[in-house]
Amino acid sequence: MRFMLLFSRQGKLRLQKWYLASSEKEKKKMVRELMQVVLARKPKMCSFLEWRDLKVVYKRYASLYFCCAIEGQDNELITLELIHRYVELLDKYFGSVCELDIIFNFEKAYFILDEFLMGGEIQDTSKKSVLKAIEQADLLQEEDESPRSVLEEMGLA
Amino acid sequence: MALKMVKGSIDRMFDKNLQDLVRGIRNHKEDEAKYISQCIDEIKQELKQDNIAVKANAVCKLTYLQMLGYDISWAAFNIIEVMSASKFTFKRIGYLAASQCFHEGTDVIMLTTNQIRKDLSSPNQYDTGVALTGLSCFVTPDLARDLANDIMTLMSHTKPYIRKKAVLIMYKVFLKYPESLRPAFPRLKEKLEDPDPGVQSAAVNVICELARRNPKNYLSLAPLFFKLMTSSTNNWVLIKIIKLFGALTPLEPRLGKKLIEPLTNLIHSTSAMSLLYECVNTVIPILKSPVLARNNTVFLYVEKLYFVFFPPTVKYLGLLAMSKILKTHPKSVQSHKDLILQCLDDKDESIRLRALDLLYGMVSKKNLMEIVKKLMIHVDKAEGTTYRDELLTKIIDICSQSNYQYITNFEWYISILVELTRLEGTRHGHLIAAQMLDVAIRVKAIRKFAVSQMAMLLDNAHLIASNTQRNGICEVLYAAAWICGEFSDHLEESNQTLEAMLRPKVTTLPGHIQAVYVQNMVKLYASILQQKEQAGEKEAAQEITQLMIDRLPQFVQSADLEVQERASCILQLIKYIQKLQIKEVPVAEEVIALFAGELNPVAPKAQKKVPVPEGLDLDAWINEPPSDSESEDEKPRTIFHDEEQRHSRHRQPEIDEEELARRREVRKQEQANNPFYIKSSPSPQKQYQDTPGVEHIPVVQIDLSVPLKVPGMPMSDQYVKLEEERRHKQKLEKDKKKKKQKKEKKGKHRRHNSLHTESDEDIAPAQHVDIITEEMPENALPSDEDDKDPNDPYKALDIDLDKPLADSEKLPVQRHRNAENLKSPDTEAPLVGKKSKKPKKKEKKHKEKEREKEKKKEREKKVTEEGKKVVCVLSATYDIQGNLQNDSQVTVSVIFENKSTSFLKSMELNVLDSLNAKMLRPEGSSVHDGIPVPFQLPPGISNEAQFVFTLQSIVMAQKLKGTLSFIVKNDNGSTHEKLDFKLHFSCASYLITTPCYSDAFAKLLESGDLHMSSIKVDGISISFQHLLAKICFYHHFSVVERVDSCASMYSRSIQGHHVCLLVKKGENSVSVDGKCNDSTLLSNLLDEMKETLSKC
Repeated sequence: MRFMLLFSRQGKLRLQKWYLASSEKEKKKMVRELMQVVLARKPKMCSFLEWRDLKVVYKRYASLYFCCAIEGQDNELITLELIHRYVELLDKYFGSVCELDIIFNFEKAYFILDEFLMGGEIQDTSKKSVLKAIEQADLLQEEDESPRSVLEEMGLA
Repeated sequence: MALKMVKGSIDRMFDKNLQDLVRGIRNHKEDEAKYISQCIDEIKQELKQDNIAVKANAVCKLTYLQMLGYDISWAAFNIIEVMSASKFTFKRIGYLAASQCFHEGTDVIMLTTNQIRKDLSSPNQYDTGVALTGLSCFVTPDLARDLANDIMTLMSHTKPYIRKKAVLIMYKVFLKYPESLRPAFPRLKEKLEDPDPGVQSAAVNVICELARRNPKNYLSLAPLFFKLMTSSTNNWVLIKIIKLFGALTPLEPRLGKKLIEPLTNLIHSTSAMSLLYECVNTVIPILKSPVLARNNTVFLYVEKLYFVFFPPTVKYLGLLAMSKILKTHPKSVQSHKDLILQCLDDKDESIRLRALDLLYGMVSKKNLMEIVKKLMIHVDKAEGTTYRDELLTKIIDICSQSNYQYITNFEWYISILVELTRLEGTRHGHLIAAQMLDVAIRVKAIRKFAVSQMAMLLDNAHLIASNTQRNGICEVLYAAAWICGEFSDHLEESNQTLEAMLRPKVTTLPGHIQAVYVQNMVKLYASILQQKEQAGEKEAAQEITQLMIDRLPQFVQSADLEVQERASCILQLIKYIQKLQIKEVPVAEEVIALFAGELNPVAPKAQKKVPVPEGLDLDAWINEPPSDSESEDEKPRTIFHDEEQRHSRHRQPEIDEEELARRREVRKQEQANNPFYIKSSPSPQKQYQDTPGVEHIPVVQIDLSVPLKVPGMPMSDQYVKLEEERRHKQKLEKDKKKKKQKKEKKGKHRRHNSLHTESDEDIAPAQHVDIITEEMPENALPSDEDDKDPNDPYKALDIDLDKPLADSEKLPVQRHRNAENLKSPDTEAPLVGKKSKKPKKKEKKHKEKEREKEKKKEREKKVTEEGKKVVCVLSATYDIQGNLQNDSQVTVSVIFENKSTSFLKSMELNVLDSLNAKMLRPEGSSVHDGIPVPFQLPPGISNEAQFVFTLQSIVMAQKLKGTLSFIVKNDNGSTHEKLDFKLHFSCASYLITTPCYSDAFAKLLESGDLHMSSIKVDGISISFQHLLAKICFYHHFSVVERVDSCASMYSRSIQGHHVCLLVKKGENSVSVDGKCNDSTLLSNLLDEMKETLSKC
């Protein structure tokens, strides 16, 4: 997979993950172009489209479009399932996820994606193990954060 | 200090966190840009603070802004600071930001190497995980090279969580650093049988991706994968494996036979569409081989596809799969023709394009006209030029495929082409033009019709060329003009066509078209002249000459050189003819002789394929080159130009016979060399006949049965009807014949015959395409073309993996040179400035059960341990780092790795102090006491310890001898062991990478109290960029400024020496001029640098 984008119906980017590093300018151009193409499509249309030399697989969940760009030989249907799996993971993590969850906790959405996919390949197919990894990492983070009360930091405690 | 912290915390309470930022942006919908620029200013302030929590918060906000499209590359350095935070919370944010915005062009990326290495070996698996994830997004060739070995080690980590990530990231590493593939592959292969399913699927993923690009190297893995495929129940994994087999089967047909059964089972049993799709995709090419082709199975698949993949959301896939089936089993798809034609009406462009592709493969003689007719309707309806252009090219592709195999009626095809010229705004005028030329040349029987149509086009040129600027369609006029000129014998209304070509409007056409016009109007003129002379109409002949003389000057004035040159040449010729005509000399014969001869199409590569006869050396001189060959080369051209200009300026009317003959030669030459003259044949083999007789000139026959139509009216339809009638007639005749045959053969072959009645082969084309086989010269060599793209990034990974590994291929192992200050209170404050490192020969201290040979090898590697009775293997890598706080201290971090199966404990490190360098020991201990290593090592574990050394002078490199003593404990009891080693303090390890601005740098140089020295190294082959990176990397410099192949660099020693470098790269050499407060330090530094560079 080359990259994954999440954007809203209004054309606001909510998440972007590039598995092939490219320059800022090039990314912006691609995002703009792809958003235009996908947003112009009607609901009943096919979830796959050819775009540049890539294939785009997208699916709309409520007001959010999940959009992946894959190479010619890749399996489109598995990509669709992958998107769905990611949505399920978000759902599990946030508890019935909505766009606002992703906006306000965008770094969490990234962390989940990073546990699920790496370098554009599926890292773990088991939902359970992905969520477990995230939970433990979060726990670690809380341990980090918990002793840092304001007073302690002021050196008063 | 406390006050500062208090201040920092209070500030933090008022800082915006991410939520506040997001909320703020949502509340400032009207002036978002202003609000964000304000936020960025705040963030910049926050980044300046020392508190890492504040920085992390700022970086987190920046990451969000980056997503909104704001440039945050300026904060790259701060991101690295946050990455190197010790707390996971911040590290996580830092790596996220890095993965979002770093790319190969990010210059600070090389500063991360050491930090990443440290995180990779962190005892906390989530630190390692987050580093791997980040690295997977921004790995560069340098990072890949430096970290390959570390990641490879992680592939056998105890935690599956790390193993799986390490395995996946190896794919990225391979792509960036292909040399790592062979050393890492055996371990990767092991992971295919890892007990953890996640690791296993990751390994399958990586190997499948690798194998898809270069399948032949992975054939030996087929049995292993076959086993995995039959045992695995994980669809994600199965899909990858099946995809891999899809790549392997073309190379190993026997594999296909084996696969059919399991794949068919999967097709019937699976409920997952994605898996089904993958199976069908893989099975279909396998079925191609005749042994396995059972048509009914294919039909079965097609039916299954039809039902599963034609709901609108996945229709695209159905078409894609069909196009695969089509390649091997065209008949099974053809029954779905109507469905595919329907797809042309789909709103979705990808679907329409796929359907078009399918149609390309589906046409036959029988249905070609019908399909093209449908397509023509779509051309009319199509919105958007891209799709229309695509349709146009597809129509042409469909019709012209395999030498017009499916066209039975070329009149129909020409009229289709003419209809296509009515398309507005297409870019593909040249395609249509090429087709017109091709057909007219190849299909002799059609020339007459083609000429009449082209004449019509020329007559209506104003319709086509109405908008030359953006209209590619005027290219067809090029073809039209050429056809009318070259085959002017077939032209009926030559006069009218000639006049059409001489219209003033023509001068608005592009130059190359005008040039063809000019050239071909002479051909036309020649044939008219001949007609008139033969008919004895002298006045008419003179009239036509006058017409040419009147109109040609408009071309002579053309700004296009080619047009001007041709026109002025021809104008003179015609003026001469006029003179002769006035003298009543018959000239037509001679004029027409200019264009005598038949053109044969030649394949584009024909010339290349003529073998060089034996004994012929094409590079040998025919004549020895004259001494002043350059001026010789120049002369004829300038003479020619002068002449041309003189002619056009003075219009010299007197041309003698000789001049005319000469010019004829010139023209012939010109025609022979002119690439525009015959487009489809770059090496025209026109046979010029020097003495043409009248009998060579074809007599024009006027056949009025050719239907002429007003342009703008579709007429290809009528050909469809005509063709149907023709076929019907043909069929009737055949039937008659067959009846006769039947009578004769008494039904012996009846079945066979009736089967064939409807087949394609029976439809005889109305015209024959000539010269399909004659295009290649005799004894043409079959040439195999290299289709592979040399820039393919995956080509580098085409590596034979079964060959045993050579020593030279081992991954570079880097000596660790990173250190943090000894647990000082502000360890949180990142030391990024110092975080660059220096790979060197890994100092390994091995103890092994000895054979003499190995011992020697070890000694060669300068391993200090002299072979004793060996029980275990302990390896240590170290890294020296200047201490920012103390100008006479360096920290040595040593990573100890237990490579044995025993437990190591009570490790103690001791160093023999020199006058200059001393190890910092705890108070009260003597110089002979060692420092205990604060941990024990279970088998297979590594850990890092730090030791501080004090130095008096840092201008020289140092070597210290030391011993490491430890106790090895295993089942047999415990033994005391010792290990000797040497620590090498290079001068570069006293330097601290310090950024410097160019103005400060200039001032420093101007100050004049620096000593100077320089070195030069030859035989440098690496790029300058790479070279600078090496200097930065190994010697702790930073680039101040870089102009072309020249760069200034700066660094500072822990004792405050300034070191300035000017690095210049020549052809194959590099010169380094250095300036430093201390001349000894400088010369030592330069010596070290020379050593590094000479290895490049």
